[in-house]
Amino acid sequence: MSNQDLSAYSGIWCVGEVRHGKLAPTIFEILTAGGQIAAALGQKLSVVLIGSGLGPWTKEVIEAGADQVYLIDHSSLEQFVDEAYAKALTDLVNQEKPRALFLPASTIGRSLAGRAAVMLKTGAAADLTDLSAASGSNGFEKGTLLATRPSYGGNILATLVNTRSRPEIYTIRPMVFPRSPKDSTRTGVVRNITVDPATWNLRTKFIAFQAESSNEIDIGSADKIVSGGRGLGKAEGFETVRSLAKALSAAVGASRAAVDSGWIPYKHQVGITGRTVRPKLYVACGVSGQVQHLAGMGQSEVIVAINKDPECPMMKLASFSIEADLYEFIPAAVKELQKHQS
Amino acid sequence: MPLNIVVCIKQTPATGSVSIDPQTGDISKEGISYAISPFDEYALEEGLRLKERFPGGATLALTMGAVRAEEILREAIARGVDGVYHLCDEAFDGSDTFATSYILSQGIRKIEEERKIKIDLVICAKQTNDGDTGQVGPGLAAWLDWPNTAYVKKVEQVTDTLLRVHRMMEDGTDILEIQRPALISVVKEINEPRLPSLKGKMAAKKAVIPRWGASDIKADPALIGLKGSLVEIAKRQSPPKRAGGLKIGGATIEEKAKIFVDKLRELKLL
Ligand SMILES: Cc1cc2nc3c(=O)[nH]c(=O)nc-3n(C[C@H](O)[C@H](O)[C@H](O)COP(=O)(O)OP(=O)(O)OC[C@H]3O[C@@H](n4cnc5c(N)ncnc54)[C@H](O)[C@@H]3O)c2cc1C
Repeated sequence: MSNQDLSAYSGIWCVGEVRHGKLAPTIFEILTAGGQIAAALGQKLSVVLIGSGLGPWTKEVIEAGADQVYLIDHSSLEQFVDEAYAKALTDLVNQEKPRALFLPASTIGRSLAGRAAVMLKTGAAADLTDLSAASGSNGFEKGTLLATRPSYGGNILATLVNTRSRPEIYTIRPMVFPRSPKDSTRTGVVRNITVDPATWNLRTKFIAFQAESSNEIDIGSADKIVSGGRGLGKAEGFETVRSLAKALSAAVGASRAAVDSGWIPYKHQVGITGRTVRPKLYVACGVSGQVQHLAGMGQSEVIVAINKDPECPMMKLASFSIEADLYEFIPAAVKELQKHQS
Repeated sequence: MPLNIVVCIKQTPATGSVSIDPQTGDISKEGISYAISPFDEYALEEGLRLKERFPGGATLALTMGAVRAEEILREAIARGVDGVYHLCDEAFDGSDTFATSYILSQGIRKIEEERKIKIDLVICAKQTNDGDTGQVGPGLAAWLDWPNTAYVKKVEQVTDTLLRVHRMMEDGTDILEIQRPALISVVKEINEPRLPSLKGKMAAKKAVIPRWGASDIKADPALIGLKGSLVEIAKRQSPPKRAGGLKIGGATIEEKAKIFVDKLRELKLL
């Protein structure tokens, strides 16, 4: 459908997320992914930040690799509103014509990518776990971006290309790419973009934010997760799971069976109807490893299974399988870990 | 206050049944079973609950899909929707999220014309279980030029002009007010789906389901199907299988715990 002049589009943009006065660390992962592409194509690497009070973050993202930082800073952009952020971003894209946009595959990134793509009449793909620029030798024109993502609950890896529209838009799964290293000698250009949201005819109003009462680590950004399943047998079982999580500085996950039993809130659920995680360490306690659960964590680097049943799928695929009653093993492991720490 | 609602649903392969045919590199047709995408059940349920909370409107289900996708529309009837629409045309085949969201937007316009009503709310699920993109909802809102909110876990309030919704964020809950007409994508936490009633099942069996093709919804041929799609699938692969790992032995539980901790230390995971 496209009758765009694709060659007019140049530059790699990484869109960061500033929420409640904090820069989400996913930007550093995206700078790694985007930085590889910018280097391969010989194009400029930019960061785009939308929000309010963004000044403090420019130095950090320049040190992490950005050649240029666009700041769309306005008091009425403090909170994420789909329409407003999409308008801010797409206006800037239309003006600057970048080749590709990378966003975190977070709530904000995924919402924004879908709306912005249609506004820009361009293609988007979600939740990449791998990304490269074609070298020209494998059937794709040199410089074509090859974007790989799991689909069908992780049963299939699909490689996607967009040769028809610009900018290409991709969201990147958190915790897949390493964070880009800091170099305090780097310099970059800051571009302040003036906007006037009052003229945008916005139909959505932000009312309030209710923080999660707990100060637990969120499983979406955790590099270690300890999960509990039906094998816990009771709600109090999560106290045992939490004790191991605490000793490992890990977040707490759960199977659907545990969530449906009312032992732990839904946001901890890992799996096809829960959340997808890819930590460095995933410890499954009393989780049998049904396909719907594996869809959410099968890509974890190291999987440890603690289970009474050596024949269950989780024990079969785990990097380390421990045949034991979790109520006996976990306290012993916690003790051992404390020994190690002191 | 009544709402006219369209719920967008999709028939997808049950996740566990999908694999790659090593010969063709395509999705294997063998042993595949289809059902309503699990997330869509929550979207459908929310459409029905909103009708019960604010009576007087209609809750309708819309799908784009092959002939067999009619089954999920019958399922929607069995659960209590007031009408169903099937966008079904070979010209739609191969649509990516860009083309799909366009086709659905045309379908919604056609429903408004056909029923002589204004749609106030479109409900999508957070994502499907096959494509997993979550892009169709926000994209559809952009085609309609309506406001949208994704990851909605509660519809707190509905007035003549707006909806107040709760959005599930990684760090808590955002509360937003969004003017009608609007689109929301909902998460599983929003409700507990009902089972179809016996009466509903009877109605579903008898229903004659209209099928609309590209020309019925006045779709621009340049924007649909493979031709209208911007992202192509270049290659499909099975993910590398995980080899089973090490069984941690040890005579006592303490010994097992020690080996476990040693392994984590070796891998620099502590
Ligand atoms: C459409 C659909 C979507 C789904 N989505 C999800 C999803 O997102 N996430 C998800 O997790 N599931 C999902 N499920 C459910 C999934 O199929 C399984 O039912 C669920 O994952 C099982 O959870 P579990 O492993 O905790 O329980 P079980 O399968 O019952 O396993 C319990 C395990 O605990 C072990 N055990 C028992 N006691 C002990 C003990 N004292 N010490 C050590 N081990 C012990 C047992 O040996 C067993 O292996 C979905 C299902 C459907 C149909």
